[in-house]
Amino acid sequence: MRARVWGCRGSVAAPGPDTVKYGGNTSCVEVRLTSGHALVLDAGTGMRPLGVTMQDDQPVELHIMLTHLHLDHLQGLGFFRPLFSPGLEIHIWGPTSPVEHLAERIAMYLSPPLFPVRLEDLASNITFHDAPEEPVTIGSATVRSAKVTHQGPTVGYRIEEQGRALVYLPDHEPSLGADLATLPAAWMSGHDIARDADVLLHDGQYRDHEYGAHVGWGHSSVGDAMEFANKADVDALVLFHHDPYHTDTELEALLSEARSHWPGMEDRVRLASEGMTIVLDAPGVTFTEPVP
Amino acid sequence: MSSVSAPLGTPGTAKSLPLILARELASNLATPMFLMDAGGMLVFYNDAAAILLGKPFAELGEIPSGDFGSALELATPDGTPLRRRDTPSGIAFFEQRPAHLSVLATMYNGERRALDATAYPLLGATGEMHGVVAVFWEGAPSERTD
Repeated sequence: MRARVWGCRGSVAAPGPDTVKYGGNTSCVEVRLTSGHALVLDAGTGMRPLGVTMQDDQPVELHIMLTHLHLDHLQGLGFFRPLFSPGLEIHIWGPTSPVEHLAERIAMYLSPPLFPVRLEDLASNITFHDAPEEPVTIGSATVRSAKVTHQGPTVGYRIEEQGRALVYLPDHEPSLGADLATLPAAWMSGHDIARDADVLLHDGQYRDHEYGAHVGWGHSSVGDAMEFANKADVDALVLFHHDPYHTDTELEALLSEARSHWPGMEDRVRLASEGMTIVLDAPGVTFTEPVP
Repeated sequence: MSSVSAPLGTPGTAKSLPLILARELASNLATPMFLMDAGGMLVFYNDAAAILLGKPFAELGEIPSGDFGSALELATPDGTPLRRRDTPSGIAFFEQRPAHLSVLATMYNGERRALDATAYPLLGATGEMHGVVAVFWEGAPSERTD
């Protein structure tokens, strides 16, 4: 499979000269499977440019997999051109709710006065699904989700293909009320889907000294992200959901802080950036960073 | 890599998020609290419960709640033994509804205490069972059996 990051900013889009290197668009990751199917992880503002590209490179089947419905993970949906393609089959997956169906919750955004077009007026054929807690087969991949600690119903996704696993946990606060260093792995939110992953895209919104003022906001400090990745025994950690107030320079300071947690294994942790591609196949994992 | 979780109710296996959050809540409370998973295993009790019982959870570990029930005997206030399924946690587990009772509990050291017990099922977003939370409060002054 081949993953491409279209947006990795958290909370709200943050364009501008200070965020050019890592990007200002909010969460969206495209995953192309060897079978030709496409998974789109979250629908943040990075989804708009993805939709433009996808017009010329349509997948065999398109699955949009939402971790949760906060606006920074949903705002791009209304600007995703494939949704306006007559007859195109699109599947949207998201967390369950005991109160309202996924379509009804998404329609709160895709309806006036928040948006001029109603969900039911889109030209494509959309099917809604609950995020799969048991493995499901999509094309050449196996996908499953798990509920994780964040504010409101939220899931993370694990995608496996050709013996490789990519795990996506963009909004996650596993240390809430717990000490990750001593917490048994079985009791760690997200551990079950993250364990032994080849690549983990994980929330790393705050520097360690910033976290104290944001406990309970649903996001991780870089130290907690590292501890989580370490206990899950992942091969490579990609810090994701960058704080909108962090400039490129500050993000690089955060990366230095992260790497200090793993001396001698600095290459195993990196910052997500718009345009980053990750190829996971039988020979191994290859990262390609965009050229500034 | 491992792609499939072990079934619920097996010691040391991954816990569901409602159980994880309940454990984190229990860990931060001074009220004795017990957690049972959907398979009927006693999977956790907090330090306040350990003080009440006289045994830390780490010493006991995860055990079938039936085994725990034989170690912690519950009776009605007049001393009539309660069957497991008639205890608040048994009602919450087998009938999936909340229950509250005043009970007489016999601790590991043989001490008997009057307690109030409340238990409720942890039902997920689609109604699926994740386990049971049981909370105990001190009731009337304790009495010893010896």
